Amino acid sequence: MNVHLHLWLIPLLPFAGFLFNGIFGRRLPKAAVTTVALLAPLASLIVVLNAAVAAGSGALLPVTETCPRSWIDAGTLHIDFSFVLDQLSLVMLLVVTGVGFIIHVYSVGYMGHEEGYWRFFSYLNLFLFFMTVLVLAGNALLMFVGWEGVGLASYLLIGFYFRRQSAADAGKKAFIVNRIGDFGFLIGLFLLLANFGTLTFSDIASKISADPAMTGGVLTAIALCLLVGATGKSAQLPLYVWLPDAMEGPTPVSALIHAATMVTAGVYMIARTHFIFDRSPFALGVVAIVGAATALFAATIGLVQNDIKRVLAYSTISQLGYMFLGCGVAAYSAAIFHLMTHAFFKALLFLAAGSVIHALGGEQDLRKMGGLRKQIPITFWTMTAAVIAIAGFPPFAGFFSKDAILLAAFVHGPGGKALWFVGLVTALLTSFYMFRLWYLAFMGESRSHDVHPHESPWSMLGPLVILALLSVGGGWIGIGRFAAYLAPSVGASSTEEVSFGLEVGLMVLAVAVAFIGWFIADRFYRKRPERPAELAASMPAGYGLLTNKYYVDEIYNAAFVRPVMMFSKYVLEWVVDVAILGGLALLLAGAATFCGAILQRWQSGNLRSYAAWLALGAAAILLFVLVPHMFGSTGITLAGH
Amino acid sequence: MSSTVQLLQQEVPLNCYLLLSAVLFCLGAAGFLIKRNLITVFMSIELMLNAVNLSFVTFAHQWHQVKGQIFVFFVMMVAAAEAAVGLAIIIAVFRARATLAVDRIDLMKL
Repeated sequence: MNVHLHLWLIPLLPFAGFLFNGIFGRRLPKAAVTTVALLAPLASLIVVLNAAVAAGSGALLPVTETCPRSWIDAGTLHIDFSFVLDQLSLVMLLVVTGVGFIIHVYSVGYMGHEEGYWRFFSYLNLFLFFMTVLVLAGNALLMFVGWEGVGLASYLLIGFYFRRQSAADAGKKAFIVNRIGDFGFLIGLFLLLANFGTLTFSDIASKISADPAMTGGVLTAIALCLLVGATGKSAQLPLYVWLPDAMEGPTPVSALIHAATMVTAGVYMIARTHFIFDRSPFALGVVAIVGAATALFAATIGLVQNDIKRVLAYSTISQLGYMFLGCGVAAYSAAIFHLMTHAFFKALLFLAAGSVIHALGGEQDLRKMGGLRKQIPITFWTMTAAVIAIAGFPPFAGFFSKDAILLAAFVHGPGGKALWFVGLVTALLTSFYMFRLWYLAFMGESRSHDVHPHESPWSMLGPLVILALLSVGGGWIGIGRFAAYLAPSVGASSTEEVSFGLEVGLMVLAVAVAFIGWFIADRFYRKRPERPAELAASMPAGYGLLTNKYYVDEIYNAAFVRPVMMFSKYVLEWVVDVAILGGLALLLAGAATFCGAILQRWQSGNLRSYAAWLALGAAAILLFVLVPHMFGSTGITLAGH
Repeated sequence: MSSTVQLLQQEVPLNCYLLLSAVLFCLGAAGFLIKRNLITVFMSIELMLNAVNLSFVTFAHQWHQVKGQIFVFFVMMVAAAEAAVGLAIIIAVFRARATLAVDRIDLMKL
């Protein structure tokens, strides 16, 4: 059946917005910039919704749209511009364009007084362009283009306040750390091409399914390379270090790129290439361990951070770890489910945090907040919904998705129980640090006297309310129906045979740890506000380790950054650049000057000497031509005799 | 009387023409290199051109080809143009430098 969903419009509309605002934005009034910047993602969202309605229950899917001209055509290599809409990309598109549009609206209020308003929105539209290309890509190379593009948009937006050194550095750090991951992705692409001769996902999938004996080996290598790429983009151990620093960007950027959409690209990529991971239990195990370790690791750091956005950043890393854990136990639909609900409540958390920061005139330190629930009630209530959702209380969205991942981990063969336990501990920590943030920001009395908080404009509160509704109700669809819907894209999950008793038992446990987390936070930050400081003083080593983020940045600096800098400075700069290249240049210049000084003597300016040289040259040529001729003729004469 | 007529009717061998052409050319070249006066140098050039013309005509006659003669017309035409331009330059040089000695007109050196 032939349907025209006009998938190509989805990325191109934001791109048009980017071009328009990027080229003309500086000279246009703010209202025009706003209109274009909002219309582009809105139109994109409408196309996506239209496609979703047309696709209905999914009988039509997958729909492939291919540009009639091929993109790369060299020998046996054929790569097309092809967009594929299936259940997986449709869910992802709805999240990206839906949350993306909401955050665009929010940005109008948040960035209203900023310099470079047009620049911000053109970057934001550019991000949506690349992200939708990434999601819709029908082959791995086109996905890589989107992958690199979102990295570029992320870099530009982290460094939006480029006059601030820390923001410029954070942008560079994000870009360079991502390059390391992208290197792995690229090697994975080469391996795919070498072994399958194609990068189209559906072709690779059919080739793998045609050969049931193909397991491990090269597939493990490919999967691990792709995982390296995913850990870079999705901020997993050991490449997570860029994400906390990325909070230097404006808050809507943190919400859109560094919480809801871009950082989930790694999860999406693993789900998209699940047919490779499925054949490699080892690679899946690595994914699960990386995810679980990151979830726990980041959650412990999040416990003691005092910058409201950094708490949320570590929380994002931790939740992404959950999604990896879900992928690692082959529960891709659970991972995507969590990706979706996380997009709702984490975007809301960031936007609400942005509203708090806006209300306090730029203050991000939790220790200087407090008592804000009266002054900014709408922000307070929406934030509360998000905190409850991420902590995992029913019936909020986070409960359903987190529970689905924990259940999948629990029933996952060997080691599954350990993964589940790590996930459970992380849930406890998550609940604790989120309520800590909530108590510190909104409860108690204000700890800062010279500010007069004011509620944000409605362009900011509207998105908060919509996201709050989604955070509450986003999980009600239920993992069962969600997994059944996604099954054609990512394969059926194996959690159907779980007994009802076990399911309820795990659910109760998960809620219980969330409750314990809240209870401890309540004891610490409401009943006895002096208790955390005492606890920190009682074990300075542990507290120091956490506040310094396990010294990971310092270790990376000593192990990688400094050696590279030293190598660049002493070997590349002094030896290669100054000594070898500079020396060679001097040598060449000297040789040319020397030759010139000698040849200069010929240029006497004397007409007669020129004429003499000319005559000599003519005579020489004449001689050169005639002499063989003369000898040749004597030769013939001699032969004649 | 008859011997004189015979002599006049006898055809001059081609080699003589070529020899004359070579001698004229060498004289022109030598004059170009040796003479100091710019006008003499200029005349030497004309001499060389005409020496070449002579050999052109000679060969044209030998091979019964009209191309060589046509070429002579071209050379003469260019020589005429060159004479006009060259003399104008010589006058300009003389006005500027008050000399026509080629070894003193050497501003073009590095």
